[in-house]
Amino acid sequence: MIDSSSTTGHVVGINGNMVTVQIDEGSVVQNEVAFVLVGEMNLKSEVIKVLGQQCYMQVFEDTTGITVGMKVNFTGEMLAVGVAPGILGEIYDGLQNPLELLDNKDGFFLQRGQYQEPVNHEKTWEFTPLVKEGDKIRAGQWLGEVPEHHLSHKILAPLGMLGVAKVKKISSKGEYTVKDVIAELELEGKIIKVTMLQEWPVKKAIKAYKERIFPEELLTTKQRLIDTMFPVSRGGTACIPGPFGAGKTVLQHLLSKFSNADVVIVVACGERAGEVVELINEFPEMEDPQTGGSLMDRTIIICNTSSMPVAAREASVYTGITLAEYYRQMGLDVLVLADSTSRWAQAMREMSGRLEEIPGEEAFPAYLESRIAGLYERAGLVKLHNNEKGAVTLIGTVSPAGGNFEEPVTQATLKVVGAFLGLSRKRSDERKYPAIDPLDSYSLYIDQMADSLNEQMDPDWTKMVKKTKELLSTGAEVGKMMTVVGEEGVNVDDLTKYLKSELVDFTYLQQNAFDDVDCAADLSRQAKDFKLLYKVLSTPFDFDDKKEARKFFTDLQDKFYQKNYVETDNDKYSELTGEIEEIIVSGGGKIV
Amino acid sequence: MFKEYTRIKNIIGDIIELEADGVSYRELASITNTNGEVSLAQVIRIEGSKVSLQVFSGAKGLSNIAKVRFLGHPMRVGYSENLLGRIFTGSGVPMDGKPEIENAEDINIGGPSVNPVKRVVPHNFIETRIPMIDIFNPLVESQKLPIFSTPGEPYNELLSRIALQADADVVILGGIGLKFDEFIGFRRKFEEGGIMDRTVMFIHTAADPVVERLLVPDMALAVAEKFGIEGKRVLVLLSDLTAFADALKEISVAMEQVPSNLGYPGSLYSDLASRYEKAVDFDGAGSITILAVTTMPGGDVTHPVPDNTGYITEGQYYLNNGVINPFGSLSRLKQLVIGKVTRKDHGAVMNSMIRLYAKALESKKKISMGFEKTEEDEKFLKYADLFQERFMDLSVDVSLNDALDMGWKTMAECFSAKEVGIKKEILDKHWPEK
Ligand SMILES: Nc1ncnc2c1ncn2[C@@H]1O[C@H](COP(=O)(O)OP(=O)(O)O)[C@@H](O)[C@H]1O
Ligand SMILES: [Mg+2]
Repeated sequence: MIDSSSTTGHVVGINGNMVTVQIDEGSVVQNEVAFVLVGEMNLKSEVIKVLGQQCYMQVFEDTTGITVGMKVNFTGEMLAVGVAPGILGEIYDGLQNPLELLDNKDGFFLQRGQYQEPVNHEKTWEFTPLVKEGDKIRAGQWLGEVPEHHLSHKILAPLGMLGVAKVKKISSKGEYTVKDVIAELELEGKIIKVTMLQEWPVKKAIKAYKERIFPEELLTTKQRLIDTMFPVSRGGTACIPGPFGAGKTVLQHLLSKFSNADVVIVVACGERAGEVVELINEFPEMEDPQTGGSLMDRTIIICNTSSMPVAAREASVYTGITLAEYYRQMGLDVLVLADSTSRWAQAMREMSGRLEEIPGEEAFPAYLESRIAGLYERAGLVKLHNNEKGAVTLIGTVSPAGGNFEEPVTQATLKVVGAFLGLSRKRSDERKYPAIDPLDSYSLYIDQMADSLNEQMDPDWTKMVKKTKELLSTGAEVGKMMTVVGEEGVNVDDLTKYLKSELVDFTYLQQNAFDDVDCAADLSRQAKDFKLLYKVLSTPFDFDDKKEARKFFTDLQDKFYQKNYVETDNDKYSELTGEIEEIIVSGGGKIV
Repeated sequence: MFKEYTRIKNIIGDIIELEADGVSYRELASITNTNGEVSLAQVIRIEGSKVSLQVFSGAKGLSNIAKVRFLGHPMRVGYSENLLGRIFTGSGVPMDGKPEIENAEDINIGGPSVNPVKRVVPHNFIETRIPMIDIFNPLVESQKLPIFSTPGEPYNELLSRIALQADADVVILGGIGLKFDEFIGFRRKFEEGGIMDRTVMFIHTAADPVVERLLVPDMALAVAEKFGIEGKRVLVLLSDLTAFADALKEISVAMEQVPSNLGYPGSLYSDLASRYEKAVDFDGAGSITILAVTTMPGGDVTHPVPDNTGYITEGQYYLNNGVINPFGSLSRLKQLVIGKVTRKDHGAVMNSMIRLYAKALESKKKISMGFEKTEEDEKFLKYADLFQERFMDLSVDVSLNDALDMGWKTMAECFSAKEVGIKKEILDKHWPEK
């Protein structure tokens, strides 16, 4: 890998993690990988600017000890990930080194200059061919498959292949390593040898599919506030901005556990290592309800936490999305969770500063917006050449400076995502979790998916959701008024609206992440619970006075609340449902 | 072997620039001024033969013909068991009148991160005997947690108290821009409390050169890391990291970097994170817990220093008006110990007492706005007073279990069991008999 290009150079300048290199011999490619030779160590770097015979490189490691004159070897290859069976369940750093293999003499620290293969080269996989000799095949089409945990991992024709190739040879069913040649393809008279392992440059989207299609199906997260109120579609995008401590990471962890995707890729980008450690410890012990296997078997963790080198942090997000695109090519549903995209943006800012580029707002580079848009654009639902569908859904957190959403990263993200799940400091202070602000947040997908939602949940589903949102904002207005004029200042009708909105908030929007039952509500439960709740909302109760109204809702609230803590197949659930219906009827409502 | 240069080209702020060869990035140099004063400097940028260094003791009074000698290695700190009980300056020179440590092992400061797979999930409760911490936002071994404070609050007293109470094998104090009196305060408390013989201090005072502040956290943490690997449970106290951030700002301005926010460099988050992330519970060795002070300029939590810190750390204790504010304070690791290591009723007491106190404050506000005082309000007002006196007052010094019992007693003095919103099975066990 280190000597695949003959280009060499030497260091002429060092500024933080940026080195300037004089090219002695050969040509240079923008974004190619090069290695700075420091004593016995090779430090991985990426060319980020070429200026005459000099180029600027960001070094993915600590640059202490680099000296002017040190030799640089260029690879001619862009920064790439290795894709093959064996990625699922791995914990990688931002450059796809398996952290488990980065043990060294005292084992505790990530020493620089150590790189490991992303997948085991010796392990064999049971390969079954899916094509025969003579078949015509395009980039990314399925040559065969191997079982990888619960999935059928498709072996893809080389992703960068241009044109239609002919299968010259295909291996028969059997055990192969990722380095064994399993097929030979002929393209324009040339033979291409195919192994299960291939490389793909992370900053280039994998587009070996027929077409992108409109996302119309729901990605279930089992979080009521998201699935019911602000749903995200498979192949859609969403952002979760919020001040520190508002619950972004806890929410991302919930999504990684409970979303019904085939593959979940968690990119821990520039945040705490401790949070990743919790996942690493929890996931192997947790069951994936869809497969019965462990949750880790469907997960890939990319971990480039805040004290790891900044340039590798910039790369980590691309590493994550590229692996997602790879699994999408197999017709799978992939969810990418990036926490936090602000740290990724800051990594770009640091580099831009060193390159002395003209800064934009808050010193972010002028290309911030296009980079953010470019990243989210890599999500999407696609139709493969064989008409199977695959999806990459991308949900990123944003950590706005001072908790103020008017800052560049939040604003640029809002321009491109389909759902905005904004966390509010006020709600998290009041311990209303998840602290997604129901009044400010939105999802464009609810209209886009209306048909499939109405079919799946209830013919009137999207209408009911819309009415509920209206009620929430009316309720909030009444609430605001009461803080000024007191309860005396509003009439019974208005108070009833307020109490209804509080009921929705307390018993439906809020969900206890740390309770075994309440932490996840599947869709059928959400349909049941929401429809029962909606009966309350749609009944025009006629209370004699405010005291009666308050009492009525206190009773209801308690029942709904308790119901959240019992499983739907528990007798207690139907008992509580019955009691709730009685209360509704006692207030003049009808149950059909 | 060490090359010496006698021609400094530029002096800008506390940065010097000169022509030199064979110098490596972050290499240390010693500078001997014409009056014989020696100070350390570190390479922070190399462009061809032009080398920029930050001078730790500052460039004030520095001659452009001072001697610059490159030392061939980055900044190090001497490590030895014998550091315990000793006090050093911000650049690692003894300031307790005792001799240099002999046979110390030189270790690089600012070393690499711990491999996340070599960390264990934090699980040990650290009892501080301060109810606002122990009950409401317990401290967990290996946690990194700042005290967000308006200037002038007794944050250093709070730090000393925690250091005295917490059961740690080694305490390391990094003073950054400390007032001399504050330093003496720490030393006296540590001596009286009998923990000086397991303490190491690195003290940079407000009178010392600004750039030297940059070294203190790294030296303290490098030493802590070494003790941690040796199996010790280390508590690191850093006061005040806002002063550290201000030093970063000065260097960045002198280097003409484009600031991101209020003059702070765009790398502020990473710079703070690389220090805080040294907090760790090693798989198979000791641990490092970091408690730091972040003073909030103008009491503003959205100021870049507290704001970036809040994103990095595992919670924060808000100190204002002489008390730890229950709202805004957060221990992100609390769920790892509450009810698991601590008593089963801990979670219920914590939640109910906070909720009741929030309501009590609403009652207070309502009354101050001239609304009528109801019977209900009376209860809450009584509760608010008791809560402040028995829990919030920083002079209260009780064990967690006593504090929890006190919590039950206080709730029972003000409310009926039905009013506190606690599950029946827990109430049956703990609700005090009248
Ligand atoms: N859904 C939730 N349920 C209960 N507590 C929560 C929830 N979300 C967040 N918290 C509390 O808030 C703390 C901070 O949440 P976190 O997700 O780490 O915030 P952020 O990533 O936004 O800084 C958590 O440690 C936890 O104590
Ligand atoms: Mg977070």
